[in-house]
Amino acid sequence: MKKKLGRIFADGYLGLVIAFMYLPIFLIIVFSFSGSSRFSFENGFTLESYKAIFTSGAQSENLLSALKYTLILAASASVISTILGTFATIGIYYLNRKVKKITLTVNQLPMINSEVVMAVSLMVFFAAFSFVFPQGLTRLIISHVAFCTPYVVLSILPRLQKMDPNMYEAALDLGSNPFAAIFKVVIPFLMPGIVSGFAMAFTLSLDDFIITQFNKGDTGIETLSTYIYEDARVKSLEPFWFAVFSIFFVVMLTLLLLINIKKNSKKEDKQ
Amino acid sequence: MTKPKLRFSRKAFAYPYMIFLLLFVVVPLVIVLINAFLGDEGKLTFDNFIEFFSDKGGGMTVLGNSLIIGLVTTLICLVIGYPVAYFLAKYHASNKVFVLLFILPMWVNFLIRTLSTKAIFIALDVKLGMGTVMFGMVYNYLPYMILPLHTTLVSIDHSYIEAAEDLGADRFTVFWKTIVPLSVSGIVSGITMTFIPAISTFAISEILSSSKIFLFGDAINMHFSKTTNSFGVGSVMSLVMLVLVIIANVLVSLTEKKEEVKSAL
Repeated sequence: MKKKLGRIFADGYLGLVIAFMYLPIFLIIVFSFSGSSRFSFENGFTLESYKAIFTSGAQSENLLSALKYTLILAASASVISTILGTFATIGIYYLNRKVKKITLTVNQLPMINSEVVMAVSLMVFFAAFSFVFPQGLTRLIISHVAFCTPYVVLSILPRLQKMDPNMYEAALDLGSNPFAAIFKVVIPFLMPGIVSGFAMAFTLSLDDFIITQFNKGDTGIETLSTYIYEDARVKSLEPFWFAVFSIFFVVMLTLLLLINIKKNSKKEDKQ
Repeated sequence: MTKPKLRFSRKAFAYPYMIFLLLFVVVPLVIVLINAFLGDEGKLTFDNFIEFFSDKGGGMTVLGNSLIIGLVTTLICLVIGYPVAYFLAKYHASNKVFVLLFILPMWVNFLIRTLSTKAIFIALDVKLGMGTVMFGMVYNYLPYMILPLHTTLVSIDHSYIEAAEDLGADRFTVFWKTIVPLSVSGIVSGITMTFIPAISTFAISEILSSSKIFLFGDAINMHFSKTTNSFGVGSVMSLVMLVLVIIANVLVSLTEKKEEVKSAL
């Protein structure tokens, strides 16, 4: 009896915390159908806020362009950091102990460092070498690759440590050249780690605000985060944003749930 | 054309990334370091440090306030988050999706979540100020506290708990003398993952206090903006932040090492 009571208390508490975490999200989604930003259904149920996404003139255009840049940036940064990170991991694995330790420590820096400091340091760096790094996408892609690649490396490394080193040697003995052995034996074995590293890099880039804000320069490039910051920070939240945020919530939460459920079910299959 | 005889070391695959890290992670930090010692005319000077530490521009006051707000945020997150992680590990460890629900919000853009809470506060006629900022901080950083706590609590070997019970410890003692000490590394890394971003973030305090409350991250941001353009003092502040990051991570690795030693015994 006492045990049951503990369980009921635990579940009640967990429910309360879940409510705290999801209530704001839930409220925004519900009232995105009210066409108002006053959290009341004074106009009844309506899709006006969603229509506003496409019919708000300059705001709609800006939003679309921000979405475009966000996706371009996330796609290029995640592809580049996945390629860079995959080869880096293979190389790091064979470095001698000391160099390996140093490289992995520096690799940790972007992950542990405060985002503001990382953003500022890149900004000063780009300003100092502005003749090499033109303002705009170049700087943004480089800075996103810089904070995404460490996560790629750390998601591939454990997989590589599990690999039987004889696999590579066997490929060589069977007449494969080193490059083919890497591409046809090592990389396929690392694939699960590479895929989850890529997914991680993509999400991180998509979600970033601080590093983009400092390094976007004044070429007019805005990502979703920086555009939201510019537009919605000062004014109160317009119905338009209720709809945009709702779409964002639903898309992100479903995507993340799906990715993670799939990952878990795969793990269970193996066990 | 690659010949089968070609000799090359697989180490070489790491070189491009090592150069990349050097260029875009190490060198930028070195430039910040140099900037901290540069005066107006590019002369070597300690003025920036003097200006910051003498609190002329109010930088030290901001740092002090941020440390207090960060500390309170972290404490509240720990008090709310530890039971969550504990109950999840105790009753729901097998239900991965339920556990995931407590972590997921950290992947939804923090600006969107912060602006949503602001809209709700305005609709409820809540005055924006310290209270709303604290709410927003806890709301934002709670998942970062729960994640590492949960990871350590789930991995605790249940036989330790059973042993304590067999030796006559009541539930309260088991919790304080067995479970809490075994989860120290999770507690420390949870504190780091909350405290560091909490003191250095910008935007959360700005949005949820209508720019009335100003934290260390906002201050760094301000020093690097085009209008103020005081990179020197901003660089000193970044270095201070960097030192805090390093201290936090040394603490984390120390507690982890201790546990490794314990488990080796």
